[in-house]
Amino acid sequence: MMNRFARIACFAALMSTVAAACAQAPDQPAGMIKTSKGTTAIERDGKKTPVTPGAAVLASDRIVTGADGSVGITLRDETLLSVGPNSSVWLEKYAFDPTTHEGALNATVKKGTMAVISGKLSKQNPNAVQFKTPSSILGVRGTEFVIEVGDGE
Amino acid sequence: MSARALLRALPLICGALLAACAPMERVTLLPSQDGSPSAVVIKSAGKETILDKPYTTDTISGGGTVTSSQEQPEAVRQKYASTLSALPQRAAVFLLYFDTATDVLVPESQARLPQIKAELASRPAPEIIVIGHTDTVDTQSYNDALSLKRAETVKRILIEAGIPGERIVAQGRGKRELLIQTKDRIDEPRNRRVEIRVR
Repeated sequence: MMNRFARIACFAALMSTVAAACAQAPDQPAGMIKTSKGTTAIERDGKKTPVTPGAAVLASDRIVTGADGSVGITLRDETLLSVGPNSSVWLEKYAFDPTTHEGALNATVKKGTMAVISGKLSKQNPNAVQFKTPSSILGVRGTEFVIEVGDGE
Repeated sequence: MSARALLRALPLICGALLAACAPMERVTLLPSQDGSPSAVVIKSAGKETILDKPYTTDTISGGGTVTSSQEQPEAVRQKYASTLSALPQRAAVFLLYFDTATDVLVPESQARLPQIKAELASRPAPEIIVIGHTDTVDTQSYNDALSLKRAETVKRILIEAGIPGERIVAQGRGKRELLIQTKDRIDEPRNRRVEIRVR
């Protein structure tokens, strides 16, 4: 009885892994690096990738910059982001359908600064776009703005 | 203070300590490029604050309290200069039209090709997004397919003009984004267009 249950659980786990892998396979990049200055890195799957103009940005990437660093990103829906010096930003979730303009954008500013010019996702549905800081959740209504997460000052 | 009282006060003390250590956060609204009203809705400590005046900064303290202050535009631009200067350029937009029922661009649109190439050459890591649009004559699914076909045609024209194909993405938007607002089933040549966004 136990054995059979374990086998079912094992099969279920396997299927969900396969499903997750299938769901990920056709994923397009979330956007493209357009500008990069100073010390910058993309952290992906625990590894650091260099940030060069033209490089792809994927959902779940982290953008990290040093004291002299900054990065500019154009997402597929033409949301424009820039990450300033001494910053860490996590692109938590991204999806965009170019025909219907539906999808989702979630990004978290862990520290430092990020400027945002919102794109087609928030124009189609403001609730599809959310930015987070350690203490707050920000919703956008057709907006350009700057988020700063200080270091206790 | 008894041990029990201390224990009871512990969550409060911890909360106060965390609040003291938590980083100060600021959100500053910038004016939208076309001057249209815009806002950021800030949800913090269970409360909602709406930031809707350009160059206003909402400061969120460790405890989640939000305070508003009006800033000078020049001071904001200076404070965030290194971040703002890293923002990518906005897309440059071109509209192309066809001779009726053909794959041939009208002469005015043909003349746009050198401008598109020049725009492409001026940008770092450039991409060209080609978006087909239709009028409202047919059904959604028919127009989705038709608009993509028009975009693919323009992609071919751009490749023939010497633009590398891997830089070009063709997309169809069907009848969802009319240039001239019409009712359904209206033949409107100005809506049968292809939009090129160089970014």
